[in-house]
Amino acid sequence: MELHEISIQIRRDIVRMVHGAASGHPGGSLGCVELFVLLYFEVMNIRADQFDMDGLGEDLFFLSNGHISPVWYATLARKGYFPIHELATFRKLNSRLQGHPATEEGLPGIRVASGSLGQGLSVAIGAAQTKKLNREDSWVFSLHGDGELQEGQIWEAAMYAPHNGIDNLISFVDCNGQQIDGSTKEVLDLGDLQKKWEAFNWHVLQCDGHDFEDLRRAIAKAKKNRGSGKPTMILMKTEMGKGVDFMEGTHEWHGIAPNDDQLVAALDQLNSTLEDY
Amino acid sequence: MNSRYIDTLTPSTQKDTRSGFGVGLLEAGKANDDIVALCADLTGSLKMGDFKDAFPDRFYQVGIAEANMMGIAAGMTIGGKIPFTGTFANFSTGRVYDQIRQSIAYSEKNVKICASHAGLTLGEDGATHQILEDIGMMSMLPNMTVICPADFEQTRQATLAIAEHEGPVYLRFGRPKVPVFIKNDAPFEIGKAQTLTEGNDVTIIATGHLVWEALLASEALKNRGIRAEVINIHTIKPLDEATIVASAKRTNCVIVAEEHQKIGGLGSMVAQCLSQHHPVIMDQVAVQDSFGESGTPKQLLDKYGLNAKAIESKVESIIHALT
Repeated sequence: MELHEISIQIRRDIVRMVHGAASGHPGGSLGCVELFVLLYFEVMNIRADQFDMDGLGEDLFFLSNGHISPVWYATLARKGYFPIHELATFRKLNSRLQGHPATEEGLPGIRVASGSLGQGLSVAIGAAQTKKLNREDSWVFSLHGDGELQEGQIWEAAMYAPHNGIDNLISFVDCNGQQIDGSTKEVLDLGDLQKKWEAFNWHVLQCDGHDFEDLRRAIAKAKKNRGSGKPTMILMKTEMGKGVDFMEGTHEWHGIAPNDDQLVAALDQLNSTLEDY
Repeated sequence: MNSRYIDTLTPSTQKDTRSGFGVGLLEAGKANDDIVALCADLTGSLKMGDFKDAFPDRFYQVGIAEANMMGIAAGMTIGGKIPFTGTFANFSTGRVYDQIRQSIAYSEKNVKICASHAGLTLGEDGATHQILEDIGMMSMLPNMTVICPADFEQTRQATLAIAEHEGPVYLRFGRPKVPVFIKNDAPFEIGKAQTLTEGNDVTIIATGHLVWEALLASEALKNRGIRAEVINIHTIKPLDEATIVASAKRTNCVIVAEEHQKIGGLGSMVAQCLSQHHPVIMDQVAVQDSFGESGTPKQLLDKYGLNAKAIESKVESIIHALT
C-alpha cells in the first residue's frame, strides 16, 4: 500500500471520527496526515503489535498538540496498534480514545497524556535523555502546533536540549499559521521561527508538510545531526484542513465537527482506499 | 511512648529534614542505578550535592525552569528511570500544577517530586516562598501519594521507601533544624500511621514538623492528667483511616496539627474521614486562611499558633467542651 493511499484512508477516518463524535479537531489533524503516515509507515523503528510503555530499542513519538488526536489514533489503528473498529468510539463514554491522548485507559501507542499545551517537548527531551542513559541509538520524535509555541514551557525546553547534548531528538512544528481565535499573526505573532530556534541553538530545517519526498529529505538530513549535541527542529509548512476543500486554509475548522451533509461532501473528495472502520 | 519508633523525648541532635532527603537520595542512588535526580538551581538547598558528586551522569541541572523539569522527569520514566525532582515546595507544586497533573499524575509516571522549604518554617524569605497549600493541591490529584515526614531520620526512610514505590509521589520536607527523635531503625511503611504515644483522653494527629510539637504537648498534658494519643501521619495520602478511626473511637476528640492552611490539608482530610466513619468533636492547629510573612521559623510558629503550646490549649478546650 502506497503512503498516499494510506493517507487518503486516514483522512476519511479523521472526518468520520469527528463527525461520529460530533466534536473534535479535524483541521490540524488533516494537515498532519503525511507526517504521521511517513513516520509510522516508513521512518520509525517500532513494534506496533507489542506495545510497551518503556519502548526500549524502539523509536518514540510524542504528540504535544494533543487536540489533533484523530490523526494519531487513525494512524495507530491503521498501523496495527489497536483494532480499527475502535476508532468508532472516539470521544465516547468508556472509550480508550479520549478526546485528548491519555494513558490511563491503556491505549497502545500513547506514552503520556497531552492536550494542555506546551508540555510535550519537555517530555520528549526526558525520553531522549533516558535513551542516552540506556545507550540506545533509537530516535525520539515530537510534534508541536505553531500556536503552541506561545507557551513559555516550550522555550524552557528549547534552551535545555542543546545545553544537554540532546541530539537524538527530531521535533516538528505544524506551521499552519492558524489557531482558535484566528491566524497566529493576528493572535500573537510568532515572528521568525527559523531565527528563534537557531537562536536557541537548534538545527532548523524547513519542509513542505504535504510532500513525502520533502519530509523524507528533511528527516534524513536531521538524522545526520546526531553527534552534534543539538536537536533538530523541522518547521513543516502545512495547510489546516488539507484534503477537504471547504476545510482548507481557515481556522474555522480547528475544533468543530462536520454535520451530515458536510460529511458526505468531505468523503466525496476522499475515495476509500482501505476498508472503512 | 512507642519504642518501635522513639526511644527518648530528649534527643541530643537537631537536623533539617532536607538533609534526611539528601542522605536518603544518595543511599537510594547507590542501591538502584535507575534513580536519576533533577534540580532547578537549588542543589545546595535541597542537599542534592552528595548525589550529584557520586553520580554526575545521573544528575540533571535544569536551571530555573520548573515546568520543564517536571516534563523532563515524566519523559525520563519512559525507558525505566526513576526521577527525583528537587526544588522548593512552592515551585514543586503551585508553579507547576498543570505539568504535574497532566504529564505525571494523569499519565501515571513514576516521578518523585521532592519539595523542601515547605510551610512557614522557610522563615525569612516570607510568604512568596512559604507555601501552605501544597498538601491540599497534591492530595487532590488522583494517582498521587503524599508524604510529609516528621524529622531527619524519617525523611531519609521516606526517601528510600518512595524509591521502591511505583507511582508518582509528593515528598514534603523543610528547611530548619529540628529534633531528631525517630529511631533510625524504626519501621516506615507508606500509608501506615505511627501511634507514638497511647492515651484515651484525646487523639492528636500531626504531620511533619508538628509531630515533635505534638509529642511535647502530650508530655505537658500528662502532667495535668490528660493522656494523649499522638499519631504521626507521615503519609497523608493514602490516609490511614483505620488507625485514625480506631483512636477516635477510644478518645472521642481529635486535634489535627499541621504546618499548612486549615482548608484542604490533613485537618480537612481527617474531618472528612471522621464525619463519614465516626463523627467526633475535632479542632485544628493550622494556618487560619492567611499568608505567612518574614521572621525566624520559631517566631513564625509562635505567631501563627503552630507549636506545642497551641496544641495543648486546643486539647484543653476540646476536652472542656466534652465535659
